[in-house]
Amino acid sequence: MGAKVQRVEDDRLVRGAGRYVDDVAPDALHTAVLRSPHAHARILSIDVDAVLDVEGVHAVWTYDDLEGAMAEPLPLLIPHPTLTHGRTQYALAKDEVNYVGEAIALVVADDRYLAEDALAQIVVEYELLPAVVGIEAARAAERLVHDDVPGNVAARMEQSNGDAAAAIASAPHRLELDLEIERSACMPMEGRGTVARWDPDQNRLQVWTSTQTSTGVRAAVAAKLGLDLGQVDVITPDVGGGFGVKIVHPWPEELLVPLAAQKLGRAVKFTEDRREHFISSAHERAQLHHVEVGFDDDGRVLGLDVRFWHDHGAYTPYGLIVPIITSTQLLGPYKPGAYHVQFDSLYTNTVIVTPYRGAGRPQGCFVMERTMDAIAAALGKDRADVRAVNFIQPDEFPYDHGLIFQDGRELTYDSGDYPAMLEKIKEMVDWDHFEDFRAAKAAEGKRVGLGLACYVEGTGVGPYEGAHVHIETSGKVKVATGLTSQGQGHQTAFAQIVADELGVRFEDVEITTGDTRRMPYAVGTFASRAAVMSGSAIHLAAKRAKEKALRIAADALEADVDDLEIVDGVVSVKGTDSSIPLGTVAVLSNPLRYAFDEASKAATQFSVGDPGKPPVAEDDEPGLEGKDFYSPPRSTFASGMHAVIVETDVETAEIRILKYAVVHDCGHLINPMIVEGQIHGGVAQGVGGALYERMAYDESGQLLNASFMDFLMPYVTEVPEHIDIDHLETPSPLNPLGIKGAGEAGVIPGSAAFAAAIEDAERLPITAMPISPSQLFALRLAHQESK
Amino acid sequence: MSTEQIHEIRLNVNGVDHEAAVPARRLLSDALRHDLGLTGTHVGCEHGVCGACTVLVDGQPTRSCLMFAVSAVGSEITTVEGLARPDGELGPVQQAFRECHGLQCGFCTPGFLTTITAGIAENPDPTEEEARDMVAGNLCRCTGYQNIVKAVCRAAEIAREGGDAL
Repeated sequence: MGAKVQRVEDDRLVRGAGRYVDDVAPDALHTAVLRSPHAHARILSIDVDAVLDVEGVHAVWTYDDLEGAMAEPLPLLIPHPTLTHGRTQYALAKDEVNYVGEAIALVVADDRYLAEDALAQIVVEYELLPAVVGIEAARAAERLVHDDVPGNVAARMEQSNGDAAAAIASAPHRLELDLEIERSACMPMEGRGTVARWDPDQNRLQVWTSTQTSTGVRAAVAAKLGLDLGQVDVITPDVGGGFGVKIVHPWPEELLVPLAAQKLGRAVKFTEDRREHFISSAHERAQLHHVEVGFDDDGRVLGLDVRFWHDHGAYTPYGLIVPIITSTQLLGPYKPGAYHVQFDSLYTNTVIVTPYRGAGRPQGCFVMERTMDAIAAALGKDRADVRAVNFIQPDEFPYDHGLIFQDGRELTYDSGDYPAMLEKIKEMVDWDHFEDFRAAKAAEGKRVGLGLACYVEGTGVGPYEGAHVHIETSGKVKVATGLTSQGQGHQTAFAQIVADELGVRFEDVEITTGDTRRMPYAVGTFASRAAVMSGSAIHLAAKRAKEKALRIAADALEADVDDLEIVDGVVSVKGTDSSIPLGTVAVLSNPLRYAFDEASKAATQFSVGDPGKPPVAEDDEPGLEGKDFYSPPRSTFASGMHAVIVETDVETAEIRILKYAVVHDCGHLINPMIVEGQIHGGVAQGVGGALYERMAYDESGQLLNASFMDFLMPYVTEVPEHIDIDHLETPSPLNPLGIKGAGEAGVIPGSAAFAAAIEDAERLPITAMPISPSQLFALRLAHQESK
Repeated sequence: MSTEQIHEIRLNVNGVDHEAAVPARRLLSDALRHDLGLTGTHVGCEHGVCGACTVLVDGQPTRSCLMFAVSAVGSEITTVEGLARPDGELGPVQQAFRECHGLQCGFCTPGFLTTITAGIAENPDPTEEEARDMVAGNLCRCTGYQNIVKAVCRAAEIAREGGDAL
């Protein structure tokens, strides 16, 4: 652990030998989905007759073809008492469509070309209804998305710690801010995809899907298709990025494809195209916030009251996770005297909103950090100093915020050192001498600004993950954990943990993720939880396998367990020549010692077990294996600070990144190379969210930029040339490895840091992100006029 | 509906001739993946913007989602599967991506590898800025490009050291 080990995944991936969903089952039939062209409409009729004449078409289904549980709405995955008006869509639309892209009909054909030909033959008659687009329209509620949801409000939730209103009223200084973040989306390079095969000989269904939770998909498919769980295997092969969107399940296609495979007796495949990903997967981020804050002469926050409005799109399959995270993680490293937050989660006739890397934290961080900057500006104080007086101090952990977090547990931070982190980040950007830099640039006619943003990220949420470690007679170690991988290098990082704990060679460890045949109990890969949850479970399972190996080896070597060590897969009595390879121990662990391999032959020289007792003791089992689960009391809390220096072009208002610095604390690092890679990717998404990416819906609910031509994802030319990273390691006391999650961190403070830097350069308030050069140019003009 | 006209074509991919029967509209990307089973070439957008499907057509980086398979007849096509050394070891760009952690999910990677292979053949000693330029038409959502730029420079170095004919 702690070493920059090269990834074992890479050899096959750089050879083009990865296996993504669309790569499997080359004999499969292909599907295409008819999607609503309207944001809000009643379906009056659907005529599929012409499709049946299209050569190569095997099936066409609409809602009327669905039966039983498949005809019920899709599940609401995470209910909440305040989600009083939760709604989910049907696998195929019933009577009404509520966003452009909602699935209406499915065609199964020999290939995707023919399936799309067939879609063009379907005739749907619609009665158009007025669309609700954007938070303002949803709040105004002059039109409703769902007739039975008054005010378009799915949920209103409120939390508080202390009397914020009173604290603000009695504070020496007060401020109010209105802050906005627009929609963006995960946009993994691989879209969604599902392949299913029905095996009539075994009555079993095998599903391959590009998901962040194979066990979740398995349970959903079994329930919807009326199968026993034991009849369904879900395998998650290589996944071409997730970033949150693939935690949603089951997608309509994840049910329709298995159903088609079962009905048609053929392998069936769905591979989403890019436009479909834009209009029929999920988005995130759009929120409006109103902040009232009261503070003292030092900038200490005495009372904070945040009211915000969350656009969750047309349905609420993922509950209130995103706004709950905003409402709690907004506090970051700070401890306001009193806090009150209230949000409305609102329906609009747009694509559903579910977590995108950061999951509500970028908005919360933006709100809190803009507030800190506003306080500093109001008092004429240094922005870093104002933050420092509000920090939770290192000796205050565990720190209880008096709120309930997304996992239903108390929002209690486990560890951290924010003052040390602030010192590091200030040094990295030469914070104290920035005015000299600004003056030097000004002398060249250039305008520069420096922004800082701090965050705390709840990572490693429960409830649990598990692991199974099997030492084979070859000495190779096969490990399975149930959560999935989307590029995080789990096969490498987890193998490092096993190699360390077991004392085996790294290259002898093989990790399998996301295969329900190997580990049927699992949650999934989201919320920066994989390293903490599965990493800990794997550590514990390896420990169990090691204990058993040492017990058997001690018996075989006639030694005391405490005198043994395992190095490079060989158990030996310390300081002697007496040793036994783990593979041989594996043979001895199984009384049925068929001599198929060298290890089995070698085992004949050893004798273990008590001849007076059963071959497998009552409290034992055959085989050299270890299985364990890790279930923490609450989340770990990683933290970080980003600083960015930008130059804003005096003429064109273009925004150029001069420097980007990151200090990051995720506890102990398993593989610093992988952690830094995660930060790099997060920062790039942060740049996208701050300066480029937005979902351009028109008032009728059409997404105008549903392609990579128009949705501006950063290329190499848009990201910082270098990202300076420094680590702080305050271990978490909550798990055996002292680790915290790192997956989402990089993206969280992006909009907050850029807004601060641009504001610092331009000397005008930045209250909405993302910001384009033309918007900045317009702000300049408006600001000049207002003067 | 009338049956589509099928064209019997021969595609030279990674030095090997392959026969396929495809309609005129079959994209080269689909023919490579689904007719020839060379699934290393990935499709990220199907409108020529992301670059994941980039292959070399007569040595030139080409978006295989913007080309019909029938148009590739008579050309020499190189896909990611053809970038390893003859002895099976990783080629310079593949090796550099592994060394520099230039990939995470690996989906966009084949397009970068082919693009860079052509790039360093043309410019065997790129500066960091030229390296950035070389990959400026390919999208990656995982890496933030930091290590990809490093990998370009490292790949050129490996190729120069090994005297690789790219």
